[in-house]
This record gives sequence, structure tokens and C-alpha cells, in this order.
Amino acid sequence: MTLADAELGLLPSSSPTPSDRDGTTGRARQTLRLLARRPGFILAVVYVVLVLLSAVAPRIFASGDPTQTVPKDKFLSPSLDHLFGTDELGRDLFTRMVHGSSLSIEATLISVGVAVVAGLTIGVLSGYAGGWADSLLMRFVDVLLAIPSLLLALAIVTALGFGTVNVAIAVGVGLTPGFARITRAEVLRVKTLPYVEAARSSGAGRGRILVRHVLPNSWGPVVVLAVLDFGTAILAVSSLSFLGFGAPPPQSEWGSLISAGRTYLVTSPWLTLLPGLAVGAVVYALNHIGKTFEEIQRWH
Amino acid sequence: MALTFAAQDARSSTHVGPVLEIAGLAVGFGQKGRERVVVEDLTLAVRPGQVVALVGESGSGKSTTAHAALGLLPAGGRIVGGRILLGGHDVTSIDDKEFRQYRGPLVGLVPQDPMVALNPTLRIGEQVAEAVRRRGVPKRSVPAEVAQVLERAGVDNPEVKARQYPHELSGGQRQRVLIAIALAGKPRLLVADEPTSALDATVQRRILDHLDRLVADTGTSLLLITHDLGVAVDRADHLVVMSQGRIVEQGRPSEVVASPQHPYTQKLLDAAPGLGRIRRPAPVPPVDDVVLRFEGVTKDFGSRHPVRVLENLDLEVHRGRTLALVGESGSGKTTALRIAMGLEKPTSGRVLFDGVDVASSDRKALRALRRRFQFVHQNPFAALDPKFNVRDLVAEPLESFGIGDRASRTATVTKLLDQVALPASYLGRRSSELSGGQRQRVAIARALALEPELLLLDEPVSALDVSVQAQILDLLVDLQTELGLTYVLVSHDLAVVAEVSHQLAVLDGGRIVETGPTERIFAEPQHALTRALLEAVPGLTASQDESA
Amino acid sequence: MLQYTARRVVQAIAVLWAAYTVSFAVLYMLPSDPVSILLNQAGGTSGRPSADQIAQIQSEYGFDDPVVVQYFHHLFDAIQLDFGQSVSRGQSVTSLLTENLPPTLALTATALLFTVVIGGGLAFLATYVGWRPLRSFLHRLPAVGVSFPTFWIGLLLIQLFSFSLGWFPATGSEGISTLILPALTMSLPTAGILAQVLIRGLDDTLEQAHIATARAKGLSRLRIHLKHALKNASLPALTILGLLVGSTVTQAVVAETIFSRLGIGRLAQQAVLAQDIPLVQGIVVLAAAIFVVVNLVVDLIYPLLDPRVLPHTERRSRVRTTPTPELA
Repeated sequence: MTLADAELGLLPSSSPTPSDRDGTTGRARQTLRLLARRPGFILAVVYVVLVLLSAVAPRIFASGDPTQTVPKDKFLSPSLDHLFGTDELGRDLFTRMVHGSSLSIEATLISVGVAVVAGLTIGVLSGYAGGWADSLLMRFVDVLLAIPSLLLALAIVTALGFGTVNVAIAVGVGLTPGFARITRAEVLRVKTLPYVEAARSSGAGRGRILVRHVLPNSWGPVVVLAVLDFGTAILAVSSLSFLGFGAPPPQSEWGSLISAGRTYLVTSPWLTLLPGLAVGAVVYALNHIGKTFEEIQRWH
Repeated sequence: MALTFAAQDARSSTHVGPVLEIAGLAVGFGQKGRERVVVEDLTLAVRPGQVVALVGESGSGKSTTAHAALGLLPAGGRIVGGRILLGGHDVTSIDDKEFRQYRGPLVGLVPQDPMVALNPTLRIGEQVAEAVRRRGVPKRSVPAEVAQVLERAGVDNPEVKARQYPHELSGGQRQRVLIAIALAGKPRLLVADEPTSALDATVQRRILDHLDRLVADTGTSLLLITHDLGVAVDRADHLVVMSQGRIVEQGRPSEVVASPQHPYTQKLLDAAPGLGRIRRPAPVPPVDDVVLRFEGVTKDFGSRHPVRVLENLDLEVHRGRTLALVGESGSGKTTALRIAMGLEKPTSGRVLFDGVDVASSDRKALRALRRRFQFVHQNPFAALDPKFNVRDLVAEPLESFGIGDRASRTATVTKLLDQVALPASYLGRRSSELSGGQRQRVAIARALALEPELLLLDEPVSALDVSVQAQILDLLVDLQTELGLTYVLVSHDLAVVAEVSHQLAVLDGGRIVETGPTERIFAEPQHALTRALLEAVPGLTASQDESA
Repeated sequence: MLQYTARRVVQAIAVLWAAYTVSFAVLYMLPSDPVSILLNQAGGTSGRPSADQIAQIQSEYGFDDPVVVQYFHHLFDAIQLDFGQSVSRGQSVTSLLTENLPPTLALTATALLFTVVIGGGLAFLATYVGWRPLRSFLHRLPAVGVSFPTFWIGLLLIQLFSFSLGWFPATGSEGISTLILPALTMSLPTAGILAQVLIRGLDDTLEQAHIATARAKGLSRLRIHLKHALKNASLPALTILGLLVGSTVTQAVVAETIFSRLGIGRLAQQAVLAQDIPLVQGIVVLAAAIFVVVNLVVDLIYPLLDPRVLPHTERRSRVRTTPTPELA
């Protein structure tokens, strides 16, 4: 807990008091109660859930057709009829955004998925095996870090071609080193703790130690990074499509929407600014959720 | 930084009353209006030149009281009742800016842990100079003053040390620097918060002696916060015993020890090694074979500039007895234990468990052997996986060796918990919900799961409160009697060792300097180090005189 | 110290070489048919390329040799700073890079300055201010800067300061006034990261025991904050400085595109759009080189600031837990 949180009166009771019930439910309940007292967290979760929902079932939020052009309605500013206004072809921007979210979310899920799987594997192997395997893998990770992720992504997109999936993979590769390092750091930390040594002394084999002791105690920071990187991935994917490497029009991936609106910045700024605001809000919400998880872990 | 009028007034005032006066103090933590009270109804006074010891276990509120006297309560803490008068000034509700004037010239703090209390990126000299400058010393005289203050605190080569960084000094030297800093402002009251608990016994003794002298020479009052009743009895003019935020008893040390009024004080006395009732180790069994043998064990650490941690160790451990390995930090005692356990390999020599060489056994053979001897770790807070509940923790060795099925294992665990005096209702609890003493019991139960013959215990009670220490030691002795266990115990605390061990080996710099039956060594120590260690045990000499 | 320096330099060179190899692997080995990609650029052929054209590309780029040989050819050239010809522009890659580097450097340097001032200032205020509401607001502010895509921030700034207020130009590469908006755009996300790391570092440092000792001495709050807290908390921030510089360089890609500035960033965007493999590789290696050099400098400075780091120990931990905005 930071000083700020202590002063904000969010100090949880520091000494755990033994309860008569089984400990697990007591702590889970305590955690939930703590979360419920934080309106910011609730708001963030609600917003993210809504966005995810719009990716899966866009019709709930916008019943119109995103591709329908209504030339006479072009460049309308935001109103009750058109929440985000209309673009140069008269298409409702809000509808386009909602339908485009499935593309963006899909790309983000792919990239985080790639990063988590690859990063965890490398990190666990590296940390648990140690020795030359560790050195080798970490040198490789260092190199990936030396090439700035955006440029690495650009190189991958140059080689593989454009499109949402390729962009997603490129971003995923860029995120992998972060997961690898953090997993490795956790595994190294837990590996040397006395209770792991105790398990070894009382006869546990390496496999048992890995599965029952090391992994369950390591995944905490990984979850936090996954949530935070979800936001990073959204930004990265939309940047790459903004630059022109994503899905071709008329698909309404967020980055391309903002890019398309750029030409009309002077006359119809909402075309660019409102979608960006929505994206920023999602990322901020994810950041908030991630940081909250981290704080919960810090006092557990 | 120049002093304001108030501070100069504080220093040179002719205020004759108590230097520190606390009346009905109450301190709470948490949100305003809904605080959790940790100190209640506290009244005490420190007169000029007096040494007052505030004694209590963790959670007693002694540290909080001391920090309140300096206006340094941690975040979320505030005074919710009563008054504090420092040198006659009411400081109860002044803000931090005002309190600053008093810190340094009126009251100084010697903090608890010398390893972290100094800024690691600033030179020693600069950190002392900051305190010296508060007195308004002219700029060019500051270096000389710094050297002088360091020397008085017992730091050798003060000019050289002043240019060094904290990590280049030993723990004892760092503590002296902290004392120098506190005294640099020439305060009327010195608050020492557990000033030596992180240090070796002999260093502790020297520093406390020095502190005594300084305080007597300068006429400064000393408020000594400690959990060690022996230290308090040895050094204080006035003894105050605290428990759960309240004062339970106070008076002259000799009187309190002779006739304690409050049951808690009695409990502390009983538990204090060296002061209370003398515990006797388990009776020795008739059979006399050697369970564990160290033969010429040598251990070097580091490849480029190897450090010799153990040299030619020869020891025998007989069945049913307890051998204690004693020494200061860095003497190699923990390493010896870890080699015996097979957690480290000796550079040369061997360790034989029942005739089998532990170090040269391969993993499979070692694993089979491990069923017969087990390790109890020093830190009960780190030795138990926080995700496991008690049942799984204790049953793990059984699971690792595939003994029995789930039901029989649970039954075994219940029986083991019973042996260590933990109720069966604890089966489902996680270790994070247990106190230190309870966790150590769980660790012992786990060690007993495979029915070993030998237990290796690394400082089994040093991380625990005094009263809990006594309970665990009792448990260990009972188990030894009941199960015929053999113990090898490592400790830096001779008082603990006196009560549970049959044999004693004193280590210094990796070598054995003295070994033999415990009683004989305590009665007639041969080696200088042994004598120094014995003399350094607070309160021990007092009780020895009494029981002799 | 000499040994430490030598080791670090060798490591830096090794990482640079490895970066080159990885980019080569990605660009030349990943695509199923690099020949047609290159052909598409070499003057846009209509209809199927003739066998002659294919043969010409193959010999020019060495595709008829086994991959390993190609690799060493390329590496040999690269060491002599020859990265081949840009297929989309007909110039040598090296000359393109040299032309476009200075404006990017100017932009990056300005952005870094903004980053340090804004991020550092914000962190100091956030931990020094006593009034709770302002304090918690300042603590949360950096996260906002990090959440928005860089390109959006740029467009917002243009809308606000160029079109509405008319203070700064929206495009252009000449003159100081054109530097301000792009540099600000690039600096806001990185300032957010820096502020977050510094705030965490300061909050942690302020809870440490030696701060209590300093307070017990009677030192003023400002002095403690500056001399004892900020100095110690800056050390981990210095560690991520290398990452921050790297991320700033990549921010240039977006910033230069939006503000139509000359520079490596815009060059990169156009190169990828044209699938100009040699040019992309040149840019990637250049960026890696900048990153490696900056980190080397930081590694060499660090022991001077933290006396605990002795030359033969390597205790600067570089585990990154906060996401960097490089990709935004």
C-alpha cells in the first residue's frame, strides 16, 4: 500500500486474525469487500465489460449498419441521433466504432495470448532450469528488448504483410520479453525461498515442487502484467492500424477510424477525437484494474 | 540550519522538572474518529540523567510510545488522548514544523536497525554533519566536530570513516554512527529503540556499556526500548513493563525482579532465559551410539577469492542428546548444519549419518536417507508455503514419499498436530493466519511426519517473542523425552542453549574453540570467546549468582 | 572499473550484432517470397516478371546463395555501414539515414527534456503535496498520460494549439516553433511512465528507515524530500532511462507522420508501407544502436551515483513491470 492509500483510509487490517471457519473463504470475502469499497474499480470493470460485450455482440449497443452510407447526412456533429456524429460518407461513427471493436479486441486477445504463452514458457524454463539455458534465453530476450517494439512490429509486418492478424502477432512478439522477464524473476525468487528448500528436504521431486510450490506463488505479478499489457496491446494495435498497416477499409478498426478522420480535423474534429477518447478510456480502465490487482497482492 | 528562539530556549532552559512527561497518553491508528487504539492510559516520566527502560513484547506499544515522544508516529497514527511534555513544552498537538525545533537539541533518536537506518548513498561524515549543523556550528568547524562526535561514540579512525559509505561499515560501527548522530545535537533526552537487537551478543554488550558511559558523562536521560528483560534489568534505573498498550508494572528493576506484582511480569520473568526458572534438558538415554559425525569438514565459498567458512570440523552427536552449535554471526554454525542436511556440499571432509556419507550420496540415496533426519528452519514465516493449509503442509513429506492414502495421511497429521499442541481445527487454516509460535509448531510437526531420528534446528526460536520462545523450547524438550529424538541445535543465544542442550560446541571463524558438556562449560569456560559470550548474556550473571 | 567498462562494451556490441541478426532473420527469412516483394518495388512491373528480371533481383540481392552466405555478405557490408539500396527510393540506405537523422535527433532530444521536466516535476509534487485530494489526483494523473494513443494526443494538440489557438504550426520541419508540439506529443506518454516509476520509488523510499532517522535529526521536509528521498529514488528511474529513450525514438514514427516532419520516423512509416526491406532493416539497426549506446552510457554512469554498486557486481535490475508506450 502506498502512503496515499494509507492516508485515504484504505488500510486493511494488517494482522490476520484466525477465524473459526476455513481460511480460504474468509480471505476471498475480505478481498471482495475491499474491492467493493472502491467505486473507481467498479466503474472500470463495468466499462471494460461493456466494451468486451460490444466486441462479442455489437447489435446490443448499435443496431444500425456500419457500412450503410447516407451521403446527405455527412459531417453531422454529435447529437442524440448520432452519438459520435457522422463521417464523410454519412455513416454513423458510433455504430462503426462498436462494430470495429470486435476487430480491435480480437487483435488484442491474440497478441496478449501470444505474449503470455511464449513469455511464460521462456520465463519458467529459464528461471527453473537455470544454467546455460537461462543465459541463452535471457540473452535472446535482451535482444528483443534492444529492438524497440514498434520497430520490431514494423519489421514483422513488412515481412508478413498487412492485416489485423499479422499486426496482432507483431505486437505479441513485442510484449513477450516483458512476460518472460517477470515470470523468470518470480520463479527465481520463489525457488530460493525456505519453504521450497523445506519441500526438497522432505523428499519432494522437482516436478512436484514446480507445480505445487513455484507456479502457484509466481503467477501473481504475471496476472497484473497481463491486464496492464492488454491496454498496451490495444494502443499498439491501433497505432499500427493508424499508420496504415491494419485491416483495409471499410473495416472499422479503431486506429483506422482515427486515421481516416484525420483529414477532416479542422472541420469535423469529433471524427478523430471521440474514438480516441473511447480508446483512452478503455486503456485507462484496464490500467486501473491492473494497479488494483497489484495492490491487493502487495498486502496478501 | 540556525536555531530558533524556542529551540535555544529548549536547550539552555533551566527547566528542572522531568525531561519527558507523559500523562494518560492514548495513541490510535486509522481513520479519524474510528481509530484502533494501540496505546492506552500511559503515564510515565523520565527525570534528568535517569535511564528508563520500556519493556514489552511485540505489539505491546512500546515503540509507538517512543515515537510519539518524538512526534514521529507512522502514517495513520495520531495521539487521541493525554499529553506529552518534552522539557516542559507541551508537544501533544503541535504540527511537524514546530516539532522540528525540538528534534536534535532536545530529543534524539537512536533507531532500531543499523543496517537500514543510514542513507546508503551519502557518506557517513555528511550524515553526521547534518545533525551537527543543527546546533548552529560555523561551517568551517563542522568537520572537526563531526570527527569529535564520532570518536566519542566509539568509532575508531573517525576521519577515515567519515569519508566512507554505510555499506563499508560493520553493524556495530553503524550503530555507533547512529548514536553519534543522536548525540550530535546535544539533546537532553535520548530515545534508543531496540538499539542492539540486530547485533551479536558481544557487540551488543560493548555498545550498551558505551551508551551507559556517554549518558552518565553528559547527564543525558535515556529512554531505552527493549523486548529483552535481561538488558532492561541490567541497565535501567527505572523499569516499565508494557503489555497490549498499557503499563502493567513499573519500579526499580531489582524490586520488580524480586517481587513482581502483575502476572504478566511474572510470565516475562519465567520466560526470560537466564532470569526465570531454570529449564532442564531431557534425561539422557542409556544407549550411547553416535548418530551423526562430522569428520574434518571444511567449506570454502566463492570461486575467485574463496572464503573459508568452516575449517576441519570434527564433531560427534550421540543418540537422544542435544548438541548445540554456538557462535556469533559468520562463525559457520549455520553452514555446518546445512552441510549435515545435505543442502550444501563440503569442500573436503565428510558428514556421516549412521555411517553413511551424506555428501557423496547421489540424489536417490540421499532422498531415502532424508526420511531419517529433518530440518527445522530459522524463519517460521518463510518456511511454510503461504498457499498451503496446515494439513497439506504437514502431510507434504508423506505425499512426497507416497506413504498411505489421503485418509490415513490426514489421520497422521491430526496426531502430529496433537503432539505439538495444536488443535485439529487448525487443519484448514493457511499459514498466513497463524502466529509465529504456531507456525513454528507446524514446521516441527512437518519435520516429525516421517518419524525421523534426528532433527537439525537452525535458530528455532530466535524469530519469536520471549514468552513464545519458552513454549517452543518446552515442546522440544518434551518431544525429545517422548520420542527419543536427537537434536543438533544452532543458536547465537547462549541463554537458550543453556536450557536444552547436553553438549555444546563453540565456533569462531569456522573452527571449534571449545566443546564439551554444557553444564561444565557454563561453570568453567576455558576459551576467551566462551567467556565473552557468557558475560554478554544479559541477566544471566545475576541469576547465576542467585542460584549458586 | 576498467574491467566493468570493458565487459559492458563487449556486451553492447554483442547485443547490437544479435539485433542485426534478428532483424535479418525477420526480414529476409520470414517472408515466403522476398523476391516478389522486392520486385513490386523495383519499378512496378506489369504482368508476370520475366525470368531475366527475377534473375537480376536474385543476383543483386544474393538470393541464389544459401541463406548463411547471404547473411554473412550482408553482415560484412553492414559493418562497413553499407545497407544496400532502398528499393522504393533508389538511394543508398545509408545516405537516406544520414539525411534524416539530424531532425529526428533534435526532436528526440527536446522530447526527452520535456519528459524529464514534466515527469520529474509531477512526481515530486505528487509526493510532496500534503492536501489529500490534490495528492491522490496527482498520483493518478500519470496513468492518464499513458492511456491515450500518442497519435491521438498529437491530433488533439494540433486541434487545440494550431487550429483553435494558432500558437504553433501543425506541420513543418524548420525552426524551433515546429519542434514544440511534436516533442510534447512524444513526451507525454513517456513522462507518464517516468512519473509512475518515480512516484513508486519516492513513496517506497519515504517509508524507509533512514528517512525516519533524517526526520529525527530535525531536518526540514523539503530538504529530506530533495536530498534524501529524490536522490535515492532516482536510481531505479535512471535504470529505465534507456528504455525511455528507446521508446521516445519510436514515438517519433507517429509524431513525424502526424506533423509531417522530416525524419527517420516518417521514413520508417513510408518504408514499411512500401515493404522496402533494406531500408526497414537499416532503420531497425539504427534504432537498436541508439538503444544500446544509451544503455551503455547509463550502465557506466550508474556506479558513480550508487556507491553500493561495486565494479564486479551487477545489481541493476532491469525487470520491467510497467508497460512502455513505445507501441502507442
